[in-house]
Amino acid sequence: MTVAQSVLYLDGVTVSFDGFKALNQLSLVIDPGEMRAIIGPNGAGKTTMMDVVTGKTRPDQGRVLFDGAADLTKLDEADIAQLGIGRKFQKPTVFEGHTVADNLLLALKNRRGVLRTLFARPTAEESRRLEQLLETIRLTAQRDLPAARLSHGQKQWLEIGMLLASDPKLLLVDEPAAGMTDAETAATAALLKEISKTHSVVVVEHDMAFVRELDVKVTVLHEGAVLAEGPLDQVSADPRVIEVYLGR
Amino acid sequence: MIASFLLGGLDRRAWIFPALLLALGILLPLLNLAIPQSNPLHVSTYVISLAGKYLCCALLALAVDLVWGYCGILSLGHGAFFALGGYVMGMHLMRQIGSRSVYGNSELPDFMVFLNWPELPWYWYGFDKFWFAAPMILIVPGTLALLVGWFAFRSRVTGVYLSIITQAMTFALMLAFFRNDMGFGGNNGMTDFKDILGFNIQAGGTRGVLLFASALALALGFVIASAVVNSRLGKVLIAVRDAESRARFLGYRVEHYKLFVFVLSACMAGIAGALYVPQVGIINPGEFAPANSIEVVIWVAVGGRGTLIGPVVGAFLVNFGKTYLTGAIPEVWLFALGGLFIAVTLFLPKGIVGLVASLPRPRRRTAPAAVIAPTAIEPRPAE
Repeated sequence: MTVAQSVLYLDGVTVSFDGFKALNQLSLVIDPGEMRAIIGPNGAGKTTMMDVVTGKTRPDQGRVLFDGAADLTKLDEADIAQLGIGRKFQKPTVFEGHTVADNLLLALKNRRGVLRTLFARPTAEESRRLEQLLETIRLTAQRDLPAARLSHGQKQWLEIGMLLASDPKLLLVDEPAAGMTDAETAATAALLKEISKTHSVVVVEHDMAFVRELDVKVTVLHEGAVLAEGPLDQVSADPRVIEVYLGR
Repeated sequence: MIASFLLGGLDRRAWIFPALLLALGILLPLLNLAIPQSNPLHVSTYVISLAGKYLCCALLALAVDLVWGYCGILSLGHGAFFALGGYVMGMHLMRQIGSRSVYGNSELPDFMVFLNWPELPWYWYGFDKFWFAAPMILIVPGTLALLVGWFAFRSRVTGVYLSIITQAMTFALMLAFFRNDMGFGGNNGMTDFKDILGFNIQAGGTRGVLLFASALALALGFVIASAVVNSRLGKVLIAVRDAESRARFLGYRVEHYKLFVFVLSACMAGIAGALYVPQVGIINPGEFAPANSIEVVIWVAVGGRGTLIGPVVGAFLVNFGKTYLTGAIPEVWLFALGGLFIAVTLFLPKGIVGLVASLPRPRRRTAPAAVIAPTAIEPRPAE
């Protein structure tokens, strides 16, 4: 695997907060079109890793490359988002005052400049995309409802839909199944699998049943570094992983 | 493009308000000038000057609502932009006095003669000409907003910290303008204006035109604000208000949007100040007082933030209350204002307009127009 072929390439990334190393020489490579699940106990550095990739946190050391070329440590959130990295927050974060359709409209891949948006007019292409997205995230019936009125699970889907709308090359999804019912969890897994056919996806998750459902390569983080990597059955049999999860 | 943009931003019902304003702006001066005093339809000059002032206050409130109600930027310093617009107008009117001043010096305003200044400071050059002063009404407050906003938004200063910075800005300007050395008349400010564009500033006709100009400015401000908040940019502003980090991670450069609306709002406030000064006849550093800016926020809260009509309603009602109470029982006014703010915060979070919009309407089931209806959802910080 070379740098140039990977969609996301982290090499020796270290982030410390007041001496505490949230990430410690973390290295990780995501291939184009790959879906990867990242698991690990609390404080393993999962969210910090996402912060580094999306430009929210600057690493103290290490390289973070997107698409083999773009140096993400030099860019800010808006730049990185426009490059094609979408991020779903752990707590569903949508624009509560806007309707479902407007939430998606704002997320559609478009020029994001102030003047562009000031004079933007809805186009036929946009409404076609909107219908398509509403269909995908099963919210067609709720299109004109304010997002605040959606259930927790629907908000999660809306946020995923917003990410799809911006058509990123890489999606970072933080605990999509948190707080969902079993049925919603299964539907979310199916949705993510569908998405992974056309996008690279990184899923951070606690819920082992959900990870099993995804059926992809798993990376276990512990104390800011990679502890194990491989299929779920293999890593969950690894004595070091068992120790980290179950304690001594 | 601009025209279609402005027209596109208004639905049919939202046109009623600017039309009403313009009608009022014509009717009131007519009733004042053309109807004899004995006629019960006559409108007194006192009412004219009051209405003109209220219209300027309403424009200021609309400006604050644009940043606070739609983008979540609680500015506690908008009085500064208002005052700067007022000072620009004051400087122009000062230079118009010419040799009719007390000291009869056609080159120097009275206060400069009094301070023994040999000549006009360079920053007063050009203000004798209206074509120069007029754009300055926008440029001076706009530039200050651009500078303050650029540093604050780039450093991601938000919430109460931004409010404190804006409050400090207006306080600092007040202290600066109180100084005689600044060359803006010190604590006396500027007054004793004679005429504007060659017309006697005290004359009934001039007052009528100023009232109309204020109504026109408010109507235009309303149309522009409406076009902005109904554009896609307006949707981005609300998105920033409701979930700033989500907007950022979708690729919107949040600071640029905030800067745009902050500067636009400051320019509107500047115009309001510039129209206010000739109608009250004085501008002094008291206009920079932090309490003034806070009062504007109360107008907006009372009327209903996040709606376009709310700040106008709030500015009129609270100012009417102020005029009445400070005349009838002056010692009660500040308590009434404070009580009003508490009451609105506790019982009317969406203001009067929000209350009216939430009243059940038995016969009509259609949703109220977007410009009139407040956003149903309380803004909530992201994450």
